[in-house]
Amino acid sequence: MKVALEIIEFKKVYGTYPAVNGVSFSVEEGELFGLIGPDGAGKTTLIRALCTLLKPTSGSLIVSGMDSNTDILAIRNILGYMPQRFSLYQDLSVEQNLQFFADLFKVPAIHRTERLNRLYQFSRLESFKKRLAGELSGGMKQKLALSCALIHTPAILILDEPTYGVDPLSRQEFWEILKSIQQEGATILVSTAYMEEAELCDRVALMYNGKIIEINPPEKIKAEYPYPLYRCEGRDMQKLRNFFKNLEGIRQTQLFGNALHVSFSEKPSPGDWQKWQKQSGGDLKNWIDHEPSMEDVFLYLINQEIKDE
Amino acid sequence: MSEIAVQTSGLTKKFGDFVAVDQVSIDVKRGEIFGFLGANGAGKTTMIRMLCGLLKPTSGEGKVTGLDLYAESERIKQKIGYMSQKFSLYNDLTLSENIDFYGGIYGLNPTDIEFKKNQLLADLQLTPWRDKLTGTLPPGFKQGLALGTAMLHDPSIVFLDEPTSGVDPSSRRAFWDVIYQTASRGITVFVTTHFMDEAEYCHRISIMSTGKIIALDRPDNLREKYKLPTIQSVFVHLMRQASTH
Amino acid sequence: MGKEKPIVISIAIKEVLHILKDPRSLVILFLMPILQLVMFGYALKMEIQEVRIGVIDYSHSPLSRELVDSFRGSEFFRLFFFEGEERDINDLFRKRKAHAVMIIPGNFAKDLTRESLVDIQFIIDAADPNAATMIRNYVNQVIMNFNENRNDMIPIPFEIRGTLLYNPDRKSTYFFVPGIVALLLVMISALLTSITITREKETGTMEQILVSPVRPHEIIIGKVLPYILLAFLIGIIILLIGIFLFQVPFEGSVMLLLFLSTLYIITALSLGLMISTIAPTQQVAMMLALIVTLLPTFLLSGFIFPISSMPKLLQYLTYLIPAKYYLFIIRGIILKGSTFMQLFLPTLYLSIMSTVLLVISIRKFSINLER
Repeated sequence: MKVALEIIEFKKVYGTYPAVNGVSFSVEEGELFGLIGPDGAGKTTLIRALCTLLKPTSGSLIVSGMDSNTDILAIRNILGYMPQRFSLYQDLSVEQNLQFFADLFKVPAIHRTERLNRLYQFSRLESFKKRLAGELSGGMKQKLALSCALIHTPAILILDEPTYGVDPLSRQEFWEILKSIQQEGATILVSTAYMEEAELCDRVALMYNGKIIEINPPEKIKAEYPYPLYRCEGRDMQKLRNFFKNLEGIRQTQLFGNALHVSFSEKPSPGDWQKWQKQSGGDLKNWIDHEPSMEDVFLYLINQEIKDE
Repeated sequence: MSEIAVQTSGLTKKFGDFVAVDQVSIDVKRGEIFGFLGANGAGKTTMIRMLCGLLKPTSGEGKVTGLDLYAESERIKQKIGYMSQKFSLYNDLTLSENIDFYGGIYGLNPTDIEFKKNQLLADLQLTPWRDKLTGTLPPGFKQGLALGTAMLHDPSIVFLDEPTSGVDPSSRRAFWDVIYQTASRGITVFVTTHFMDEAEYCHRISIMSTGKIIALDRPDNLREKYKLPTIQSVFVHLMRQASTH
Repeated sequence: MGKEKPIVISIAIKEVLHILKDPRSLVILFLMPILQLVMFGYALKMEIQEVRIGVIDYSHSPLSRELVDSFRGSEFFRLFFFEGEERDINDLFRKRKAHAVMIIPGNFAKDLTRESLVDIQFIIDAADPNAATMIRNYVNQVIMNFNENRNDMIPIPFEIRGTLLYNPDRKSTYFFVPGIVALLLVMISALLTSITITREKETGTMEQILVSPVRPHEIIIGKVLPYILLAFLIGIIILLIGIFLFQVPFEGSVMLLLFLSTLYIITALSLGLMISTIAPTQQVAMMLALIVTLLPTFLLSGFIFPISSMPKLLQYLTYLIPAKYYLFIIRGIILKGSTFMQLFLPTLYLSIMSTVLLVISIRKFSINLER
């Protein structure tokens, strides 16, 4: 496999604040790579630097074999970028926006009609051609932005939180489109704050506080959660939670609607459960093994990171 | 006090020919966390506005804390709290100053404000932060304090609009802890959101589409019923089904 | 279709679309300068009109009436007879009934026919010293004419007579209207371009443009082109209104004025561009554009205050004000009928200035998001 993106000891410092503090990883050609982390983790800074919009304070970024410091225009030619904020002209129509970006990327006239038709096809925006971009729904805006980023059929597509604030149905469709773009051979780097979207990627980097705390395929990351996790139900959940909080060997308790998630340092025995059921005065009714979510793992890894410092 | 906080049957709101809310019937208990899910324009906001006494229903019946939606809307307004995602505290004021300010807005007298302030800060374990600037609080705590200030007038029902959208996971969990505490005191919490990860925290959720409730149950029941792993996928499934009809 | 459009043209076309899709702003853009021109034009007048003079005539003679009539011949004065005592004069001034009082003594007619020296007393309200001086000058002139007409026997050895060229009536509107045109053009042009780029920074669209292989000069030139046309149209309207509404005489070549006005507009647009490369938001850009154009043009261009009477340091500063050169040009063409060769120097300065500003803007324009 060839490497599409290579990040080597990348650091970006604003004043004295390190937005990204020494990050190294690489993305292979044809990969759908996820960059997951909360706001302020440094995702946008890293992405903008990859798109040659920011200069590294130190370290280097190699895009398709080219250095982001020197080969700026060449990199921009093969890169498709969709910024976090909707960055198209709201007062221009769907078609005018697409044509304008086709001009900017010098898409040859002979290929243009065919390419626009393909973009209209997957985005289903053809019937909204004449509508102003500002009047589109959130989901359609995202698809238009994606179309504009794809206008020059880039080899590498970089998207910064493309599904943020978009309704669930559009989010699902958006990911389906991403998958089909990947199948056509493009490399995709996508950032998101939604933990569950991590599971749709081939590989995921978890970012926190300007650092990458984990890189792996999602199923491997999930397997890293070391504690037995149970989902408990009962009568008075708030009381039940306080009951568990005061036990020894409890890692974490979290209410989820009608259920309580409890993680233990060591796997409790059936006898333990029966004892707790009595001690809780009937508040604990049933319990079952539960698979940790991406969010559970992420929070665990962050805690580990904080402890290490 | 009755165990039912909100009850509607056949509640409908029309704007001209457009039916924004179509025959909605719900029962929500005291201390329940009830989620309204749906895409933009599904009718969530109209529904909430009717329950707050801000919009008169076109037809149907509804009672909020035993008060009639048609006749007693002014009294309903005193019984409810509202916090939108835009509601925020002043970062350049201290916690104490923020509470004083909002207490004043709700028309509380200074002794009451002082009493509530101490209670609220103690509940949130923020007493040591009392005279710190609000801007220095971690986001989850700030959100919790905002909810507390929105409830200084002791409402029986509180409406939250996308309360934890865009908040990082640990802050979100911290804030939901505050919401669970609130609910355990018998206050009913309505959450409107189109972020499905917020839905998992609700006791019950209703999924709205074109003014109607197309599903209403506990999140775990819904997942089981449709044999899908997340509320996100249940929602997508239901929406696709609705659009093919 | 055929060949691809140059990127500059694509950017210019897009800019035109933005302008056309916002007709409200367009209307404001045209109306605002017209309103300002009319307001400034009427407000900035130095002449005094309708000087009210109260006359206390102790002479009651045909001669004294002749004197009064000679004042009435001028459009500046409005005379009325005042029947009160001299001590009531203060009251006249306080109530603003008169700007001046003329007291004709009882022996006026007798003394005048005897050709002895006659004293006419003038009391002038000097609360506004400029106005008072002007009134005194006008009055002296009228009295002098009166004397001359009565008899030309008084021997005057020689006399200096100044002849006023180009603005013989010394109308201040002739002087001010070109100044207002210069002010409005620089202000609007600088605002236009400073806002157009910062708006793209603010809405985030600049980020999307920047990731394409577009070059700074393409963005900058593409963005300026439509505004040259727009500002030119606005300029023509201001000039037309200025000249026709205020009846400023037009001596020189219209083509020359239009050509040099375009040069001035380009200078101002480039100034706006430079501001936009520094300003992070539209608000800051707007403030900067106003600060850089409004006051300096008002104070340092020679619009109101003559440059030659400024302190040396300020005089050097005036070389940086584009309006200074344009004022030479527009006053020269409109009032004196100057030719291109006569205006070569200010034209050269403006060309240098716009080139320098444009080059700095393109240089400073960052193709990334670093500050």
